[in-house]
Amino acid sequence: MGNYIKLIVLGVITVLALIAANYARDVAYMVNALTVALVAAGLFLWVLRRTGEAVAVGDLSGEYMDGPVRAGVILTAFWGVVGFLVGVTIAFQLAFPVLNFEWAQPYLNFGRLRPLHTSAVIFAFGGTALITTSFYVVQRTSAARLWGGNLVWFVFWGYQLVIVLAATGYLLGATQSKEYAEPEWYVDWWLTIVWVAYLLVFVGTLMKRKEPHIYVANWFYLSFIITVAMLHVVNNLSIPVSVFGSKSVQVFSGVQDAMTQWWYGHNAVGFFLTAGFLGMMYYFVPKQAERPIFSYKLSIIHFWALIFIYIWAGPHHLHYTALPDWASTLGMVFSIVLWMPSWGGMINGLMTLSGAWDKLRTDPIIRMMVISIGFYGMSTFEGPMMSIRAVNSLSHYTDWTIGHVHSGALGWNGMITFGALYFLVPRLWNRERLYSLSLVSWHFWLATIGIILYAASMWVTGIMEGLMWREVDANGYLVNSFADTVAAKLPMYVVRGLGGALYLTGGIIMCYNLWMTVKRSPAVEATNHVVPAE
Amino acid sequence: MAKQPEKKKDDVETTGHSWDGIEEYNNPLPKWWVWVFYATIIWGIGYTIAYPAWPGINQATSGLLNWSTRANVADEIETVAERNAPKNTALEEVELASFVEDTDSELYAYARSSGAAIYQTWCAQCHGSGAAGAKGYPNLQDDAWLWGGTIEDIHTTIRVGVRNPETDEDYARVSEMPAFGADGLLEEEQVEQVVNYVMSMSGEPKDASLVEAGEEVYLDNCAACHRDNGGGDPFVGAPNLADAIWLYGGDYETIRETVWNSRYGNMPQWQDRLSEAEIRAVATYVHQLGGGE
Repeated sequence: MGNYIKLIVLGVITVLALIAANYARDVAYMVNALTVALVAAGLFLWVLRRTGEAVAVGDLSGEYMDGPVRAGVILTAFWGVVGFLVGVTIAFQLAFPVLNFEWAQPYLNFGRLRPLHTSAVIFAFGGTALITTSFYVVQRTSAARLWGGNLVWFVFWGYQLVIVLAATGYLLGATQSKEYAEPEWYVDWWLTIVWVAYLLVFVGTLMKRKEPHIYVANWFYLSFIITVAMLHVVNNLSIPVSVFGSKSVQVFSGVQDAMTQWWYGHNAVGFFLTAGFLGMMYYFVPKQAERPIFSYKLSIIHFWALIFIYIWAGPHHLHYTALPDWASTLGMVFSIVLWMPSWGGMINGLMTLSGAWDKLRTDPIIRMMVISIGFYGMSTFEGPMMSIRAVNSLSHYTDWTIGHVHSGALGWNGMITFGALYFLVPRLWNRERLYSLSLVSWHFWLATIGIILYAASMWVTGIMEGLMWREVDANGYLVNSFADTVAAKLPMYVVRGLGGALYLTGGIIMCYNLWMTVKRSPAVEATNHVVPAE
Repeated sequence: MAKQPEKKKDDVETTGHSWDGIEEYNNPLPKWWVWVFYATIIWGIGYTIAYPAWPGINQATSGLLNWSTRANVADEIETVAERNAPKNTALEEVELASFVEDTDSELYAYARSSGAAIYQTWCAQCHGSGAAGAKGYPNLQDDAWLWGGTIEDIHTTIRVGVRNPETDEDYARVSEMPAFGADGLLEEEQVEQVVNYVMSMSGEPKDASLVEAGEEVYLDNCAACHRDNGGGDPFVGAPNLADAIWLYGGDYETIRETVWNSRYGNMPQWQDRLSEAEIRAVATYVHQLGGGE
């Protein structure tokens, strides 16, 4: 019976999507509608072929649901490499504008590839990593199978569809022109549905946990899911120009729109890239180090302080703009107060390793996690510092910001995700160990040197750029034109591109290593049985 | 299940829970962490008292320091404007023609450096930050001037722009070369002839056999503005065709395109956006780049 309802729904979606494609007012909308039609039709056939067949009924409640986690691990690695590749491409496009090839206009110019890069690394790589690890972690720390059955698969593939629709939309010119919130209205609606389902799966699993308490990693994951839902809905309030077109008009305008955008944008960093990844850190670091968490008290205090304070810090993105001074002051003050709550996570992560420091010599995965926490600490110090108005007047709009973001993204988010993937693959595919630890070492050093080249070149060029912009002569006149600063930055742009290329190479080595682990490493018995820890 | 974490004897107690083998120590908050956290909070409260911060119903608190980004910018601009006012007045009154002869004066140095800044802000977009120009945008470093290269000529050009429809002054830089091909003033054959003739003035024509016929077409149609010898006429903005300097390109196709469709290049007038002193400063700067007459 259920299958017949599914068939009707999928059939209706296919037909509606085809009608939408037929009436489409722009290419992006048409391609997206055809994508949806193709997916729905494919699922329709898939369900149809299974309808009427006997379903194997077995009690799975005693086993963790690891299918989506395995698929997620593969796609995380895949999106990572794609995102890094686009990043390296646009880095060299900035250094050598001729790489904006004439024959590829307008699809592959910097303007369209840039959101493709940011969305690919943050939402495709980071988002898939968060969903995947949260599914793994919440099951293990709750000693319960994921709640929701096939809803879990809906969340997983639904999110992947968001990525595909957004990415093809960017290349074909559909964008809301809001940084990190570029996807147009129908992709936003679809993500909202997927995200609510994600919340249900996560909370449903927590509700049926067999452990008496909720583990700290899950607090962070839950705060990430809830807050991102709120941010996403408010920042994407817009009215479509036509139901058959991708263009929409924002509800807010002027400085209100700017403030909403950076309330969203800053907390995308705060709750997506910080809180969510702290959830990862709180599980994978103690597991890999086989050490208890340093301080339960610290985890409570810094969790609540972090989520309470982070949400107010957005205005520091709008210093010296049309934003009123009072809002800018509050944004700056909350950013400074945020320093210690952020560092609470670093302390808990690093101190968890105290007593296991010897493992740094032998375990490159631990090394990766340590450097990740190190970069977390560094960028959560740099962030509050850059939010100080006097510093911001130098750093804003320069490459320093780009360097700051990347020391956080490549260092913290990237490295902790790599660590988690190295941890997960042998366990998910029941392998004794990784294929090669020396390849992990190679990955570690390539990535680390890549980040250092990236961050250092962007500090140099950012500060230089800021100083050149404000340089005035004895008569009070500006000395440099904008083009002068662009010309002066060229060598550092090349260094940045090389850093990115190293990081990308590390990512490719990781994919090879993980692939060979599944293919070559000796198999062991499955360990995905639900057992409470006490 | 993963093995239990190793514990040492001097470890503090754990909370007693274990999740998938992960335990938590009951360590207190690090003292330095707590104190720095308190310090940032106290500093934050102080800062919001000193600076505009807390929103009320009608307006936000303005802070004890009475600080404001807008007022700060206004002050800074005011300070510089006051300091430069006497120099600007002097610059407005100076006789331009003789000004460029007195390049050691303090006022000249002022005009050149402020002119450079104004150039980089307003002019570099088209003429290039090194003033070398680009296709369609004249090079300001060389000796070729469409509308004259004395400082007064440059000053006027900057002031009223080129082919600027909003300017209706007598000496406005307005002129128009006809679209000889598109408007049917010349036969296609004649255009090909004249293009070859024009090429022959400064180099090799594409087809030498057409040059002679081209000269006749040239003298009948082009010489009125570009002069018999191709030397051009700065009074109507007609470029020199014999100096091998080309604004749009000197190859056959490009010149043919110019003759066929005409170009009608233009430049904004700056008298609405820049003060007289600023225009004089940037004229001084451009004049001393190398090509000034």
